[in-house]
Amino acid sequence: MDKLEILEGRKQSVFEKNKDAGAFDISCETTSLSGSVSQRACVFCGSRVVLYPVADALHIVHGPIGCAAYTWDIRGSVSSGPELHRLSFSTDLQEMDVIYGGEKKLYKSLIELIDQYTPKAAFIYSTCIIGLIGDDIDAVCKKVSEEKGIPVLPVHSEGFKGTKKDGYKAACDALMKIVGTGSTEGIGKYSINIMGEFNLAGEAWIIRKYYEEMGIEVVSTQTGDGRVDDIRRSHGAALNIVQCSGSMVKLAKMMEEKYGIPYMRVSYFGIEDMSKALYDVANHFSDNPAIMEAAKNIVRREVGEIYPQIMKYRAALSGKKAAIYVGGAFKAFSLIKALSSVGMDVVLAGSQTGNKDDYAGLKEMCDEGTVIVDDSNPVELSKFVLEKQADLLIGGVKERPIAYKLGIGFCDHNHERKIPLAGFVGMVNFVKEVYQSVMSPVWQFAPRKGGKL
Amino acid sequence: MLLRHTTNKPVERHALTVNPAKTCQPIGAMYAALGIHGCLPHSHGSQGCCSYHRSTLTRHYKEPVMAATSSFTEGSSVFGGQANLVTAINNMFTIYEPDIIAVHSTCLSETIGDDLQQIVKKAKDDGKIPEGKHVIYAPTPSFVGSHVTGYANMVAAMADQFAESTGEKLDQINIVAGWMEPADMREIKRLSKSLGVTIRLFPDTSDVLDAPQTGKHVFYPKGGVTAEELKSTGDSKSTIALGCFSGEPGGIALDKKCKVPSKTEDIPVGLQATDRFLMALSKAAGVRIPEEISDERGRLVDLMTDMEQYFDGKRVALFGDPDDLIPLTEFLVDLNMKPVHIVSGTPGKRFEQRMREILKDSVPDANIKNGPQADMLLLHQWIKKEPVDLLIGNTYGKYIARDEDLPFVRYGFPIVDRVGHSYFPSVGYMGGLRLAEKILNVLMDRQDRDAPEESFELVM
Repeated sequence: MDKLEILEGRKQSVFEKNKDAGAFDISCETTSLSGSVSQRACVFCGSRVVLYPVADALHIVHGPIGCAAYTWDIRGSVSSGPELHRLSFSTDLQEMDVIYGGEKKLYKSLIELIDQYTPKAAFIYSTCIIGLIGDDIDAVCKKVSEEKGIPVLPVHSEGFKGTKKDGYKAACDALMKIVGTGSTEGIGKYSINIMGEFNLAGEAWIIRKYYEEMGIEVVSTQTGDGRVDDIRRSHGAALNIVQCSGSMVKLAKMMEEKYGIPYMRVSYFGIEDMSKALYDVANHFSDNPAIMEAAKNIVRREVGEIYPQIMKYRAALSGKKAAIYVGGAFKAFSLIKALSSVGMDVVLAGSQTGNKDDYAGLKEMCDEGTVIVDDSNPVELSKFVLEKQADLLIGGVKERPIAYKLGIGFCDHNHERKIPLAGFVGMVNFVKEVYQSVMSPVWQFAPRKGGKL
Repeated sequence: MLLRHTTNKPVERHALTVNPAKTCQPIGAMYAALGIHGCLPHSHGSQGCCSYHRSTLTRHYKEPVMAATSSFTEGSSVFGGQANLVTAINNMFTIYEPDIIAVHSTCLSETIGDDLQQIVKKAKDDGKIPEGKHVIYAPTPSFVGSHVTGYANMVAAMADQFAESTGEKLDQINIVAGWMEPADMREIKRLSKSLGVTIRLFPDTSDVLDAPQTGKHVFYPKGGVTAEELKSTGDSKSTIALGCFSGEPGGIALDKKCKVPSKTEDIPVGLQATDRFLMALSKAAGVRIPEEISDERGRLVDLMTDMEQYFDGKRVALFGDPDDLIPLTEFLVDLNMKPVHIVSGTPGKRFEQRMREILKDSVPDANIKNGPQADMLLLHQWIKKEPVDLLIGNTYGKYIARDEDLPFVRYGFPIVDRVGHSYFPSVGYMGGLRLAEKILNVLMDRQDRDAPEESFELVM
């Protein structure tokens, strides 16, 4: 297949700024077209990635073995203590279970597990067929919870019941069941929950340190390096700060409604957004000017330290072109800013789960000629990377080999990042990683951008 | 330690699987289908299944993996997935232009009762399958068997739905590839060529999942068995099916449909299994084993004898897929090693029978378990109770290897933390040399690391 075309039903999901100008009405938040080679996942995947980093809870996948096998320790969410989350537990449903129901097996599995691992809580993930065979997992959870005295939480994440975003919602629903069950005694008035931060490569630790240095108490990190007891008392915090587009805004909204805790959206990626994340929180606690003072000090100190390092790479990277295809659109905003701070142009910006507002925002930020896509596929990605002569692709596991086959650099801005990219230090790491990949001598041996051997 | 909870007392479990030594059927079907030229595998289920399989295969091969999905919604789960699949078939042929679509089911579509045969027929009747194009299908319920079963089901579907018997026999032998790496399939082809035998190997993922860097993203790489070649398998003289779990069903399907007699051999890992494969091939084709192959065998035997003292009596724990483990265990026994703990998540009585047979003289009391609850937790508990010198298995063994400080050789599927498995074969005498070298390297590195200064040796 030599020609690269956009699938008829996909034309509304691809937009090129300039020639279609004025008619921006991107189609998004829909299910993928049947038969497309989509880069998207399912409801279960959404729930699993959000809850997975709660390290002292059991995560048991109720269904046939696959869903547990494919999500076994694939996300580098680091824990400073317990690591129960890195094991894989499954009810491994067999044909007879599908016919007669899996409730008994789930019950037995839970008892066997809780006895052996003494977790602080247990999350039970429903997979596709649970929704079909009609297991009443709520009842099983209730029974086990009463018998064992720990929260046992059903996560309604049947794969087909929506998109990954619906999985985020199911995860938030499960978390909301334990929020408010702990004592808030001793929590001060300058306190926050860090939400939507998954501690990949230890990023939550970096962010936490900044806030603590500002004199702010971090009641819980959700869910990176997460602990059940912290989440139970997280309703005692004065403010929720939420990173990551879709994943945990729902929980913040629920906490606002029930406990009156305001929330704000932040990003820790890039100098501009990271600084804003500190200033916004300081502004919220404006009755204590020392907090803003401390925030300014941190920004001054950190930027002073990293700026010269970043400038070293800027000269080489300036004018290079990047394509971005990430899970959430909010992340794309930060990436565009970060890339432009080293002089790079963004020629493609896309996400798996963005909404209309997100894409309108992307359009605002992007230069003329930038392609904006929702729920893209390898054919489209390759087409635009080649057409726009990108030097770098930023994406996740399925995008990496495409970039390499095309002969361009790659940066994993998803689960498989190996070094922290958040925070001020993360910006240096990011620029260094981009530099190393884009400028690597290996590309001279690759027939770049479709060139001949 | 990540596995700090593991005790040395195997606890009787009836329901729970901890750290599985298997995964589900559809990924096997997807991998097998990638071994057909111009084929787009299609997952008839939720979007997540397809995404997980592609990600896992990509992590293992460091290659783009193309496959499509029916993208089930709540509606299709209530009313059935027929409309989704028919639309999907139409969309795929329109935009991705495959020669062949290989549909596999999932737990979801199986549970709602979608009948792939009927749906594909409907697509054909509705004119959604263009002239000269093909749609094959294999039911792969995730709640039966394992990824190995899914592979076997898709391979059987290839034989059953493609093979045609014209009544005129061709001078060729079919080889059904059990689940093996692209490098292994390449090696099978090299050995056959060296014997001067024309073979029809299927599936064949070489030049698909070990594709060169070309500066292009090629949707359908140049490798894979073609539809024409698959058709002609019905006219072959005979079939050798490799692996009684993953390959045999393909051979049986051919025998049933086109009366091509099929013989099952082990995947040729190690000395004796390679001997048997080559003898079977030479007999089927009526050719002699050439000197260059005898020399390769000689070199493997030479290494085995030269280094015999380093293998001697070493206790080994291994896990993975039956067709990999059976010949590997035989090879380890030939090296005078002691396979003492063996686990496979794939069910099937023949596994333990074969293993007991292979181990009856050297390790009659070996711990062997396969099927439900035969998982990595059990293996770890066995190791804690009765320690070993070496662990062999896929990437998931690294937790145990680290916690128990064990030399570890990666072998099987998936390997997501090292490269090499898609480039260098494990089959044939050359593959035997590579495996023996890998085993020696980790054992001797360990010996060097742990040796007190006075007995730290230069020459080994």
